[in-house]
Amino acid sequence: MRMSQCSMGSIMNVNEVITATLARHGNDGTRLMQILRETQEALGWLAPETLTAIAEGVGWPRAKVEGTAAFYSFFHLRPRGRYCVLWSDNITDRMLGNRELMQALCEKLWLEPGRLSEDGLVSVNTTSCTGMCDQGPAVLVNYRAITRMDMARVEQMAELIRSETPLDQWPAEWFKVEDNIRRKDALLDHGLVPGQALAAGMARGPQGLIDEIKASGLRGRGGAGFSTGMKWAFCREAKGEAHYVVCNADEGEPGTFKDRVLLTSYADLVFEGMTLAGYAIGAQKGLMYLRGEYRYMQDALESVLARRRSERLLGARILDKDFDFDIEIHFGAGAYVCGEESALIESLEGKPGRPRIRPPFPVTNGYLDQPTAVNNVETLAAACLVAHHGGAWYAQLGTEKSAGTKLLSVSGDVERPGIYEYPFGVTVQQVLDDAGARGCVQGVQISGPSGVTLSADELGRRICFEDIPTAGAFMVFDCTRDMFEVARNFAHFFAHESCGFCTPCRVGTQVVARLMDKLATNHGSPYDIDEMFKMHRLMQGASHCGLGNSACNPLFDTLNKFRPAYERRLKSLDYEPAFDLDAALSEARQMTGRDDAGAHLQNVE
Amino acid sequence: MSEQHTFQLDGEEIPFAAGQTIMQAAQAAGKYIPHLCWHPEFKPHGSCKLCTVKVNGRFGSSCTMEASAGQNVENRTPELDDKRRTLLQLLFVEGNHFCPSCEKSGNCLLQATAYELGMMTPHFDHFYPDRPVDASHPDVMLDFNRCILCSLCVQASELADKKFVFVMGGRGMRGRKIILNSESGRLADTDFSVEDRAASICPVGVILKKRVGFAVPYGERTYDQAPVSAVEVAK
Amino acid sequence: MSKLRVATTSLAGCFGCHMSFLDIDERLLDLLELVEFDRSPITDIKHCGPCDLGIIEGGVCNAENVHVLREFRKNCKILVAIGACAVNGGLPAQRNHLELHDILTAVYQTEGGLAHGVHIPNDPELPLPLNKVHPIHEVVKVDYFLPGCPPSGDAIWKFLTDLIAGRTPHLGHGLLHYD
Repeated sequence: MRMSQCSMGSIMNVNEVITATLARHGNDGTRLMQILRETQEALGWLAPETLTAIAEGVGWPRAKVEGTAAFYSFFHLRPRGRYCVLWSDNITDRMLGNRELMQALCEKLWLEPGRLSEDGLVSVNTTSCTGMCDQGPAVLVNYRAITRMDMARVEQMAELIRSETPLDQWPAEWFKVEDNIRRKDALLDHGLVPGQALAAGMARGPQGLIDEIKASGLRGRGGAGFSTGMKWAFCREAKGEAHYVVCNADEGEPGTFKDRVLLTSYADLVFEGMTLAGYAIGAQKGLMYLRGEYRYMQDALESVLARRRSERLLGARILDKDFDFDIEIHFGAGAYVCGEESALIESLEGKPGRPRIRPPFPVTNGYLDQPTAVNNVETLAAACLVAHHGGAWYAQLGTEKSAGTKLLSVSGDVERPGIYEYPFGVTVQQVLDDAGARGCVQGVQISGPSGVTLSADELGRRICFEDIPTAGAFMVFDCTRDMFEVARNFAHFFAHESCGFCTPCRVGTQVVARLMDKLATNHGSPYDIDEMFKMHRLMQGASHCGLGNSACNPLFDTLNKFRPAYERRLKSLDYEPAFDLDAALSEARQMTGRDDAGAHLQNVE
Repeated sequence: MSEQHTFQLDGEEIPFAAGQTIMQAAQAAGKYIPHLCWHPEFKPHGSCKLCTVKVNGRFGSSCTMEASAGQNVENRTPELDDKRRTLLQLLFVEGNHFCPSCEKSGNCLLQATAYELGMMTPHFDHFYPDRPVDASHPDVMLDFNRCILCSLCVQASELADKKFVFVMGGRGMRGRKIILNSESGRLADTDFSVEDRAASICPVGVILKKRVGFAVPYGERTYDQAPVSAVEVAK
Repeated sequence: MSKLRVATTSLAGCFGCHMSFLDIDERLLDLLELVEFDRSPITDIKHCGPCDLGIIEGGVCNAENVHVLREFRKNCKILVAIGACAVNGGLPAQRNHLELHDILTAVYQTEGGLAHGVHIPNDPELPLPLNKVHPIHEVVKVDYFLPGCPPSGDAIWKFLTDLIAGRTPHLGHGLLHYD
């Protein structure tokens, strides 16, 4: 009997599944993301009548429900395979050979990437970085993370799929995700026991706590670096029916995986940071928005929350004080743009992750239009250090304008990929030395595709807000790597992840990806390079949010620092079409059976 | 405090009331800022980015940015009009905008804005997407080939008609589209009516009333008679 | 000043732009004071030589269009796309939503009313159609664009007199049209 996870729906009553899922979420439309995910987990996909039933259940117009479902990569509005295999397609996965492995898997399963097999058994495709860069190539199978793929695993996986072996019976070591912590500093060596920082923070009173956070100089670890103390103060002062803490755990920037490690081995610290934030701003509810790729963490995180409730670190009258606070975990569903805080809030409300018009900012008009403090996982964990040790102690770590330490997710061409914690101010070279950079280093991509590309003569630069701010990604490319292909990978990433709201980003990212492909297929000319600069100038100023504004950063940096990698691909110095003219006659040749000279076109005359 | 309630728009003093956006104030003063997704009846959407201006040297959408005293706003500068022309070109190659056969031609805001900005060519390679036409409704047809994703029909249906016939969904250039409020996805299966505000809000040729096309001859259509810069500020 | 040498042709177009060109009427005489024609339907010269100005109507839908377009680009200092088809593919590009395979099959094999024994023409004299129709700027570099279906005689006159006089062509309200 077929009993793979996705076929469960066929033997259960569909309506019962939907009704039960809706009931678990109180028929609340703002919980649509969770309703859709759980329904799909039970039924395999979201059929038109399923969306109709959910819309009726939550009392929303059907089109609104479909609009949300259609936005996220992990929701399926058409039947998907009983096995849905998605290969993480970050540049680091590619460097580890994911393309060849995916091709091999497809051949063994007799299918093309992106196509569902005719028997509905399996589909194989790519997805944006799944946050396993230090242990890739990585895949998601029915949205469960598998690391360290190799040819042997591909062969075995093809067998397991063909025999329809349930995922639970796949080799357990495949699902093992390593922390790979390589260097600890103040945060990872915190030495606190659960509740210790919370007690210290609450002893200071809400305003006292905010003052300490301000004094600490703690700045947001998501990359933008806004003062955490100021954010909490603004949020506390803002008027509203309720205040909310949101933990941004949508770690989607390719090359970043530090939040995964924090939530795996330091979950108490993160939840405690959320609780401190709640205490400071006067919130009773905290929401953690965890990327769908990290769905496998749910049970472990829920059990930490349950323990904390039993220890009176969450729930009513925390630590016997007049403070009620609890935390709920929400999952994303494959949309990088939800890492932008206002898009994240939209998603938390059950809507497509479209960045809002700002101002107003979330601190005054956030979740459910109420004052909301949105903080990065690492920021919240660091807040525990401040609560316990005080602002002055924390401020002396790092540099003048970048207090504290930073977690770096190091991947690519190094001997020891993983998590490295340093006080701010560390040089790029130091990180490379510690991680064992192999051979000569050609480039380092800091803070992911939206960050900066450094060349070999910039390795003395420092990780800090004064020099290179970062959300944590640190991807290393040795001299054998093709920096053009690095930039092309990033260009496709942005084209795939653009939310589509504003014209410059929606169409511009596609135009840029197409130009990069034109060069990659040797149809380029200097004219195309000029076009790329033109798109950079347009998108950087005119886009609605950071995604569009930074989408051309890797292009701009690599064009300036690795220009020959582009130029050696140029076909000619004159204008060149983007397509192969002779190939454009292929269908007509086939239909007419002609192959004479007149049935061909020279690509250059 | 007797603060001056004016800002500079291309060097001219523009008065504004508290809470007005730069676009609203400019419109009230009879000054044209190019736009597609903005409409005086509805809240600003801020997606087309045609109304991008430079405020004290920084780019911003004039439809969403509040006016404040003393702002120095650049609008019709060569730099900004050049960006706008590029945005228009992106819109033209993104969809299938074949003006000669479109009954909205001459009354189309996209086309008229492109005339205003002297767009002589779509410049980029065309995407020629495959988009559907929905002729299921007895009184209205939808040709999504021309959709510029401005969301005005979404706002009109939700706010004016209280119906949610049109909702914007999906992601990115290949996914983002208008979703119709019916399980079949057909307009005929929604509660849409030709009397709806949404039936006459489309700035381009997506939402078209049947049996009334090409009623006004060439030369006498809205933007044949006056350029969009004159028509829009007279609204 | 010596006369400018001008070549014109129609690729996948309807010659409507050429007809509109003739709509400049008696101004044609003024124009002939300034230009002389190389390859053009007006002269019936079959191949163009070195020219100052090349004017192309129509998009690129087959192999012959590519050859002619390249000949113009090679010989003309300034290349102008005139009319909707040259500028954005126009009417012929409406077939881009269909597969060429399906089009040829429908037209020559499955359509009703075909004579017995009809097949897809395979005479080497005939140019093969491209998989998709392209505006000319997707195949060669184009210097100027004059849209319209067709552009009016007045628009063509304004555009050409600007160009010949060395001014960047500018069409104001009423002259710039896409339809």
